This record gives sequence, C-alpha cells and structure tokens, in this order.
Amino acid sequence: MSVTNQASAHHMKAVSGRKRRPNRSIAGDILIWLMLVIVACIMALPLVLAISSSLKPLDELFRFPPTLFPRHPTLDNFADLTVTMGQSWVPFSRYLLNTVVITVLGTFGHLLIASMAAFVLAKYDFPGGRTFFNIVVVALMFNGYVTAIPNYITMSHLHIIDTIWSIVLPAFAAPMGLFLMKQFMEGLPISLIESAKLDGAKEFRIFWSIVMPNVKPAWLTLITLSVQGLWNTRASAVIYSEGKKTLVYALQQIQAGGVARTGQAMAVIVVVMIVPIITFIFSQSQILETMASSGLKD
Amino acid sequence: MSGFFGKYAALRKRNAIYAWDRAKRMKVCYAFLLPYAILFFVFYILPMLSSIFYSFTYYNILEPARFIGIQNYTNLILQDDVFLTAVKNTFLIAVITGPVGYILSFGFAWFINELPRWVRTFAVLVFYAPSISGNAYSVFSMIFRGDAYGWFNAILMKLGIIHTPELWLSNPATIMPVLIFIILWMSMSTGFLAFVAGLQGIDRSQYEAGYVDGIRNRWQELYYITLPNMKPMLLFGAVMAITQSFNVADVPMALAGFPSTDYAAHTVVVHLFDYGYTRFEMGYASAIATLLFLVMILCNKLIQNALRRVGT
Repeated sequence: MSVTNQASAHHMKAVSGRKRRPNRSIAGDILIWLMLVIVACIMALPLVLAISSSLKPLDELFRFPPTLFPRHPTLDNFADLTVTMGQSWVPFSRYLLNTVVITVLGTFGHLLIASMAAFVLAKYDFPGGRTFFNIVVVALMFNGYVTAIPNYITMSHLHIIDTIWSIVLPAFAAPMGLFLMKQFMEGLPISLIESAKLDGAKEFRIFWSIVMPNVKPAWLTLITLSVQGLWNTRASAVIYSEGKKTLVYALQQIQAGGVARTGQAMAVIVVVMIVPIITFIFSQSQILETMASSGLKD
Repeated sequence: MSGFFGKYAALRKRNAIYAWDRAKRMKVCYAFLLPYAILFFVFYILPMLSSIFYSFTYYNILEPARFIGIQNYTNLILQDDVFLTAVKNTFLIAVITGPVGYILSFGFAWFINELPRWVRTFAVLVFYAPSISGNAYSVFSMIFRGDAYGWFNAILMKLGIIHTPELWLSNPATIMPVLIFIILWMSMSTGFLAFVAGLQGIDRSQYEAGYVDGIRNRWQELYYITLPNMKPMLLFGAVMAITQSFNVADVPMALAGFPSTDYAAHTVVVHLFDYGYTRFEMGYASAIATLLFLVMILCNKLIQNALRRVGT
C-alpha cells in the first residue's frame, strides 16, 4: 500500500463523511430504520424483562395482568442476594475469583493458541494444513453430549479433574475460535506478509505485529464470545470441591430456591450478565473505532 | 493392471517425498500449529473417535463396552418410532430456522452497518441480547405460560381473542410454531457477530470505486462488492447456522418439557440426551450422534459449494 493510496483513501472518507452515502435511497433508509426499530423491540425483550423483574418487589412479580415495568422499583432483590451469598460457607469472593481466573486464562490462552494456528493455516500452504483445517470445521459439528463421557475419561487420566485445567485446556482448543480467526486472516493481502518477509521479519513477528493488528475485529469478536462462554461455565461435571466452584454455579443454587426466591433469581440473572455485557460493549465499540480508519486492502 | 498400480504407487511415493521436502522447509508452520493441534487432538478428536467407536457397542458407562456391530444403527432406523418423530421435528426446525436465521443475521448485520457509530454499538447489543445470557429463552416460559399469568395469554384475553388460557407449550399443535419462533429469535448469535465484524473490515474505497463504475443502488452494491468480500465470514456463518439448527435441544427441553407432549418437540439431540443421560445407553446415543454428524457434514458440503458461487 503506497502513501498516496492511503492519502486518497483518507480524502474519500472525509468527503463521504460529510455527504450522504451514494447508492442509498431515502425510502430504503426509512424502511430499514423502521424494520430495525420493530425487531429491536422484540430482541431487547429478555434484557428489559430481566432487569425490570429484578427491580420488582415480590408481589409485583405475580401480578395479573403482568406489567412490563415495575410500579414500585426496589433494590431489595439485590440486597437479599448479598445476604444469601454472605451466609454461604465459601465466601462470595472465592467463587468470583475462580470464575475470573477461568475466564481470563481461558480467553487469552485460546486467543493466542488458536490465532497462531489460524495464521499458518490461512497464510501458508504446507502439507496437511488444508486437511487439518477441514477436520477442525467438521469437529465443530459433533455433538457435545456424547463426547462428554470419553472427555471425562481422558481428563481423569491426565489428572485434571477437579482443577480449573479441566475447563481451561479444552477451551484453549475450541474449534470455533480457530475457524473464526482463519476466516478473517484469509482476507489479508499476501503482499503484506511478503513485504514484511523482505524486511527480514521472522514468522512470529509477522504474526504478532502485522497480522494480529490487522484482524482486530476478529479477535475482539473472539474475546466477546469466549468471555461470554467461560463466564457462564457451570462446570458442575468436572469440578466438585466447593472452593473451586464457579460463580454461576453458586448463583444457580440460589435460583434453584423456588418461587420464594423468584426476585433473587432475577437479580442473579442481572448480576451474571454484567461482565459479558461490559466486555461486549467494549469490544464492539473498539471494532467500530479501529475499522473506520483502515484502508488496508490493496 | 499391475503396471497401472506400479505407476500409481510410484506417483504416490514421489508426491509423498515432495510433500516431506516441503514440510521440512516449512517446519515453522508446524511449530505454530503444534500447541493447538495437541490440545485439539486430546479434547476434541479423541472423544469424537471414541464416540464413533462406542456407536458400534453396547456401552452403559459402568460396564466395559461390548461390541455389537451395527445393531444400534439398525435398531435406530428400523425399530425406533420416536427417533423417526425426532428426525421429522429436527428437519422441520433445521430447514426453517437454519436458512431464515442465517439470512436474517446477515441482513440485520448489514442494516446495522449503515447506522451512525454509537447507534450501531447499541443496536448490535440489542440484537445480540438473546444470546448474551445463556438461557435468555427462559423468559419465554413466562410469556407462553399455560395459565392466565402468561403474558401472551393475558394479552390475547385482554383483547378478547381467546377466553380461556391456551396451553401453548403443552398442546402438540402449538409447540412447534412457538419453538421455531423462539429459535429464530435466538439466531442472531455467533454468525451475526462475525458478520458485523466482517462488514467493518471491507475497504471503503471499493465502494467508491463501485460508485464510479456505475453501481446504482444498494442491492447491486451488496451483490457485487459486499458479498464477495464477506465470503469467508459467510462460510463461517453457514457452518455455525448448521451446527446450531441441527443441535437444537436445550430450548425444547426447557420449555416444552422432557419428554414433551406426544413427543411433539422431540428433536434428535433430545433423543440422544434421553438415551445417553437418562437410560445410560451411551452406545445407542453415540450412534444417534454419528448419524446426525454425517447428515450435518453432507449439508455443510452442499452449502459450501453453493456459497462458492456467490458474487461471481
């Protein structure tokens, strides 16, 4: 990519920023907006309902006809939740720490290991590479319920049952992450890598400082998905010690308390959703931020 | 004849030597792949292969597996009526929610891409909301509840459309439509996020160039510029759509009960779960998984071939 090319791309962006985008009819824009608003209302339902229910006092949770918004919003449910959690044998902070460690370690390990593999699969033609990739894609489709038993047996041979590794190690090699990264890396121009090679860069350098920055939307998406998955791990099949259990597992014990704890159960849903939502908003705004100024393809 | 095989063997040998030479020169590629490959083999390939092996055995988890040939498969296809119901339901769900969900998630990702930046972040969040918490579909147990406290019943009764509450999730006639609606509602998930990210990566100057070249409306722009650029993500989205639409199990089990009335919401994976985890017949469950796997691979193959032709 030459300097003039970049300059002209920036120029064009500046121009199109001020004017309407070409090829867009006003009628079409209105139609799209209308459709987005209507569908968005339906899609937002679980979030709105979970938050509003968590703010309802108990009597409003069972009102007929049910109301969308609480009439007397209260934070009682959250206060009750802290009381219940405060009485548990293992402190709340311990569950939180377990989940944070699993989420952070699992996400970054997965990101690094899967991206490295995706990089060579996308950008180098080496014997076995294509076959390996096809196997990964196909493995994505095999049902998880039946592999759980053989997996458990493997893990017990490796002595990682009842440790966080039983969640983190499989998460490192999740096929979906590799597939996602490879698809995005495929679009990068090969000249980018070749010019770096001419400058004497080694493969890891090419991977780390040239390829990865250019697929930022891909790994931000991967982080979102991975955090969301790991944060919600219950891991009830592979972790038994109370002190090693995850936050979601502990909180679900409260949810299991039945009708009397409906309010608290709603508060649990909201509390559990906070971290994935924050990660999500952060990564989405980053994706939109960086890509507005890229003019990479040559 | 032997001459032909001799030539063939020689050719294979030469190819193998050539590949080995290349492999040696590209050692660094294997080094990059190794950490992933080891973990992938141990935690994904090994269990998959053992499941396929178990599908030819009687295996109840407690006793060692006993080899019984293809008996699981013949029982499954010839004798298991419930399995046939499950296959019918699964195909109905997959054929509707797979393609429709796929097209909807691309469509909405594309529409959202036109919005101003901050609205866009918010819109992505709202559309992705059903997938963000693992069991958001449980709100539908509230909405479609069978008594008058259920929202849908309450609304219909208020409007005077029905006079007594309807058992939406127990009546075999209404289970499927309700389930398909819920699954479609949940379909803006992994593929949708990949589309959103992919659309951001398309170089703006290509659109400017297209404008100069005489592309007149958004549909031409979509077909000639956006779709060809999105091909890798479209392939990814297709695989995710197949995986999700054929593996539907949690939603019917949580909402319609397990087992559901008249097996009206019984899918292949629900059937698998039934045999694997309530009857502990893992061999049989593995046979179900293997059959489903083969169907999905076939389906994937067809879709990949179709997608290869997009925008050309």
